[in-house]
Amino acid sequence: MSAVSTDTRSRDAVAPAVSRGPARRNACRRPSGVAARVAWTVVLGLFLTFFMLPVVWLVLAPTRTDSDIIRGDGLSFGSWENFATAWQRVFAYQDGALLTWLTNSAVYAFGALAITLVTAIPAGYGLAVMRFRGRKLLLVTTLISMLMPAAALVLPLYLELNAVGLAGSIWSVILPLSFFPFGVYLTYIYYSTNLPPDVLAAARIDGCTEWQAFRHIALPLAKPVVALVLFFSFVANWNNYFLPFVMLPSDTLYPAQVGLTNMLTASPVFNTSSGIIDIRRPELALAALVTILPILVIFLVSQRALVSGMLAGASKE
Amino acid sequence: MATRSTDRPRRVNAGYLFVGGYTVLLLAFGVLPTLYAIWLALTNSRGQLVGLGNFTRTFADPRFLPAFANIGLYLVFWLAALLVFVVLLAIMLHGRMRRTTATLRFLFYLPGALAGVASIVVWLILLDPNASPVAPLLKLLGYQSLSATIAPGNLPVLFMIIAFWTGAGGWIVVMYGALNNISHEVLEAARIDGATVWQLAWRIQLPMIGKWVAYMLILAVAAGTQLFMEPQLVSTASFGQISDSWSPNQLAYQYAFAANDFHGAAAISVDLLLLGLICAVVVVFRTGLFDRD
Repeated sequence: MSAVSTDTRSRDAVAPAVSRGPARRNACRRPSGVAARVAWTVVLGLFLTFFMLPVVWLVLAPTRTDSDIIRGDGLSFGSWENFATAWQRVFAYQDGALLTWLTNSAVYAFGALAITLVTAIPAGYGLAVMRFRGRKLLLVTTLISMLMPAAALVLPLYLELNAVGLAGSIWSVILPLSFFPFGVYLTYIYYSTNLPPDVLAAARIDGCTEWQAFRHIALPLAKPVVALVLFFSFVANWNNYFLPFVMLPSDTLYPAQVGLTNMLTASPVFNTSSGIIDIRRPELALAALVTILPILVIFLVSQRALVSGMLAGASKE
Repeated sequence: MATRSTDRPRRVNAGYLFVGGYTVLLLAFGVLPTLYAIWLALTNSRGQLVGLGNFTRTFADPRFLPAFANIGLYLVFWLAALLVFVVLLAIMLHGRMRRTTATLRFLFYLPGALAGVASIVVWLILLDPNASPVAPLLKLLGYQSLSATIAPGNLPVLFMIIAFWTGAGGWIVVMYGALNNISHEVLEAARIDGATVWQLAWRIQLPMIGKWVAYMLILAVAAGTQLFMEPQLVSTASFGQISDSWSPNQLAYQYAFAANDFHGAAAISVDLLLLGLICAVVVVFRTGLFDRD
């Protein structure tokens, strides 16, 4: 590959190049060389293996037996019988604890999501179309808290909620999760760019109250941003580990993420003194798959929405 | 008839009604815990002000500096991996074979669905030379057992690999989007002028996505300092060879729950909050990515 070429032109050669135009097309060196193509394929192939091998392994593992995972081929399909056995063992663990944990996860994730939606959508709208004292301060605080890692607040939140006697209840998980500044920011960006001020002004002249304008004009337009907030808030809520781990005292209240660690540490694979013998690698892999299933489904069905959301997270277009 | 003077306050009030619910949450679960942690960090169990006593006390804890050193080393690897590989992959995926690269971007992004405990479960098994599909590779590197691969000295690199596996895909998508914002004419002109792929990347694409690279790195620092779940789980699965206060957040957790010392826990939390806050403020006010208002 002739990448490091003999070309001695300086940095600013780029601009004058525009005028010299097509005359130089022959000098154009696209990565069409065989060597460049091979390098491109090899590098991307290596990374593809890195990213996908664990996923493929995880999907195959529940169909195999533990001894097959240890002695057999690295990647192979076992049998549906093995899968059924693993399934039965995983859900029999501690009298169906996994089901309880998944239910808890759903309650926390959807509960927080509901509060997030009813607070963040109006707030983003208010910040985008209205002017009031403290608006700038609220925007900056929202940006900063959105960029702060959520884990930084977990222990302070525990100390606070412990002081008011809320720690340990399901509200100590749902309420902090429902504070989702990123959702407010997404809504704010959305209405600032997609809601023409004239439309609102016309509605006000027609005698609409601010609430009616929001209800009849802004809310019907909100679908795309509601989908985005829903996606990001749900994923964040479902995957949160640190907050429920710190807040909740009993394993009947655990969400799936914390429950999964309970299973991990009880497995004889990682704990030789464990009395539980039938939670081994296939079962752990299956439990991991089951707990991330909702997220996986959302990823698969909404890849386009989430890509645009990741960019909206910090784009000013 | 609404006159000017009665109309204006009504609009002002409406604004507050719209942001009211969210503001309550922001105060209760953002501002208040921060202030309360600061208060706890500055007082003792009898409610007396002790100045920076809790900060110097926790700083002198023999576990304090090693925890920050662990995080620091992890961040060095993590930032290097993000800087080199995310930018490299985004540039390699940009502007060629649309279908193929769109699929690749999605496949690189997919492990993000396993972020969290599931990723640790997967990697703890994959890193075990006795059960891993890449066992020959691990053995080639000289590791014969799980406790050898997850030896304390390896953890910063291992956490980097896991973080890269779940997180890099998302950043590749962001960088790809940023690359799309570079005008086509600029790239075409440079190509016509004979610029090689390498020069194109180094002199045009990289400088033009610089802001986003900075954004990515600063957020990575902020998030990296807060590491908790990964070392916590690896430590429980390590048969005791890894400290339960490997990262600062774990140490703060130990203060709160093992020693019942909320004031010490608050002091470490405030240290970490400050680090996160500085990063966030730098992104908001220095990268220029958020000045639309």
